Amino acid sequence: MIRCENLSKSFRRARVLDGINLDIALGERIALIGSNGAGKTTLIRCLLGEYVHDGLVTIDGRSPRQERTKVLGAIGFVPQLPPPLKMPVGQLIEFSASLSGADPRQIDAIAGRLGLAVDDIRARPFIKLSGGMKQKLLIAIALGRDAKLLIMDEPAANLDPEARKIFFDLLAERQESATMIISSHRIDEVAALVNRVIEMDLGKVVLDDKVADDVSLSGRFACRLVARRADAALAKALTAWQFTADTAGLVWQGEVAGPDRLRFIGMISRYVALISDLNLAEILGADEAAALQGGRAKDALLAVADGETVQ
Amino acid sequence: MKQLWLTARLDIVESLRARWFMIYTGVFGGIVALLFLFGLTESRVLGFIGLSRLLVTYIQLTMAILPIFVLITTVRSVAGDREAGVFEYLLSLPVSLGAWFWGKILGRYLVVFAPVFVAMLAAVGIAMVKGIEIPWDMFGYYTALLAAMAACFLGLGMLISAVARSTDMAQGAAFMTWLVLLLFLDLILLGVMIQGRVAPEIAVGVALVNPLQVFRTAALALFDPQLIVLGPAAFVILDTFGVLGYKLFAIAYPTLLGLLAAGLGYFIFRRGDLP
Repeated sequence: MIRCENLSKSFRRARVLDGINLDIALGERIALIGSNGAGKTTLIRCLLGEYVHDGLVTIDGRSPRQERTKVLGAIGFVPQLPPPLKMPVGQLIEFSASLSGADPRQIDAIAGRLGLAVDDIRARPFIKLSGGMKQKLLIAIALGRDAKLLIMDEPAANLDPEARKIFFDLLAERQESATMIISSHRIDEVAALVNRVIEMDLGKVVLDDKVADDVSLSGRFACRLVARRADAALAKALTAWQFTADTAGLVWQGEVAGPDRLRFIGMISRYVALISDLNLAEILGADEAAALQGGRAKDALLAVADGETVQ
Repeated sequence: MKQLWLTARLDIVESLRARWFMIYTGVFGGIVALLFLFGLTESRVLGFIGLSRLLVTYIQLTMAILPIFVLITTVRSVAGDREAGVFEYLLSLPVSLGAWFWGKILGRYLVVFAPVFVAMLAAVGIAMVKGIEIPWDMFGYYTALLAAMAACFLGLGMLISAVARSTDMAQGAAFMTWLVLLLFLDLILLGVMIQGRVAPEIAVGVALVNPLQVFRTAALALFDPQLIVLGPAAFVILDTFGVLGYKLFAIAYPTLLGLLAAGLGYFIFRRGDLP
């Protein structure tokens, strides 16, 4: 779907992209990682046809620069920093939907799923929204159309855990029909979202690897946590993840989205001295549970056949 | 065409919410209000009285304010939008570069011209209420002159925005452009002529390349058709163009200059990095 051949870009004497060669197929979910100045944003801008460059970039065989309306019509983009647009939210939705031939109601619906009631903010200038609201709206605009390629620059950075969970669900709904490129400077932010990691450094691809992850984007983990004593900071952190506590404030329970578990563990590691028990168990759907049960029965039968004792 | 109108509308909405637009509108509305308040319609200059007197003063003030205002606000907002990431996001949407650039010019043109024109319309409205005679010919020509002036400096502003890569650079270049045009209005030309190193025709020719001087002379020609106040330069101008010819030139040339500058700006914009 995406092909970069010897892609290079220089700003005056600084070579920001240095002979990038990439082939990305439909359905791949790429983590584009690297430190600041590695060339991630420049690569994204080349994919969006915003930079002139040496070498070749094609998306579905088309140049994003020469055939920008056709190519960009199939791309949903979420920038790292929301643009300081003064226009009302309603007009931004209308503008982007009109250009990309999308239904504005679809954008409203996705924003609603992310917890953003568009009707309440339709007349408000985009620039006056909070960071999280802006991010939700930009995600809704990107996902609210029939995009075959989603390019997202730290898309979940400003989202609360609940919105992140829904965001992962939305991505899961698209994983068969769209290619995703998710840029971040931290692998733990995006690791669980992707099946391929491309790391950049000084304008070159220094790592290009597949990621094995058996937990689906829409997977859930049930979590039970026991604290040694009630603690206000821990309570605040867990409440933000929608956890609930018993009356003593010692036993906490809640759900963590599969792709968010690394982030959750990172958060909880800050309170490790307070935790006496922690359990994280994948919540299986009926089909998955049946398959797992079937697998166990098969193992048992094979074990009996081998003369082992089964309990 | 749909993309062009969408972009134009977007720019209009963005501009209407910008602080510069409020100041800009306030300045021109304020000028008309002050001119009425100070009873300018009752005073007389070179035989002009009533609304003609007010329009003559208004166009002189507008000529002083509009060029620098349009240049600075255009480059500030266009280069500022690029720096702030507005271009990065909006140009990731499927809009053609032509529709984006010309749509932006169209929207901005309407926003820049409307307050100046509405202020003049308001002056006409007040004059009608007060029973003051309306010089429709003068009103029509001044409107065309202001439209040409807005087109000229908007085109120059878009060219500077396309060339300059930062807001600071763009603002500096816009200010320098205005300063050079201002210097060639009188100071440098007078110096050249006094030293006598060039023929008067060349000095007048250089002045007529300067859109600021073109507007100034055209505004003068309206209440001084023989351009007596210009001295010997008047002979060169009137011999070359004639009174009507010069009036048409004063509208056509700056408009063309603005369009050429905008066209060059578009050429540079579409060949370079967008954000």
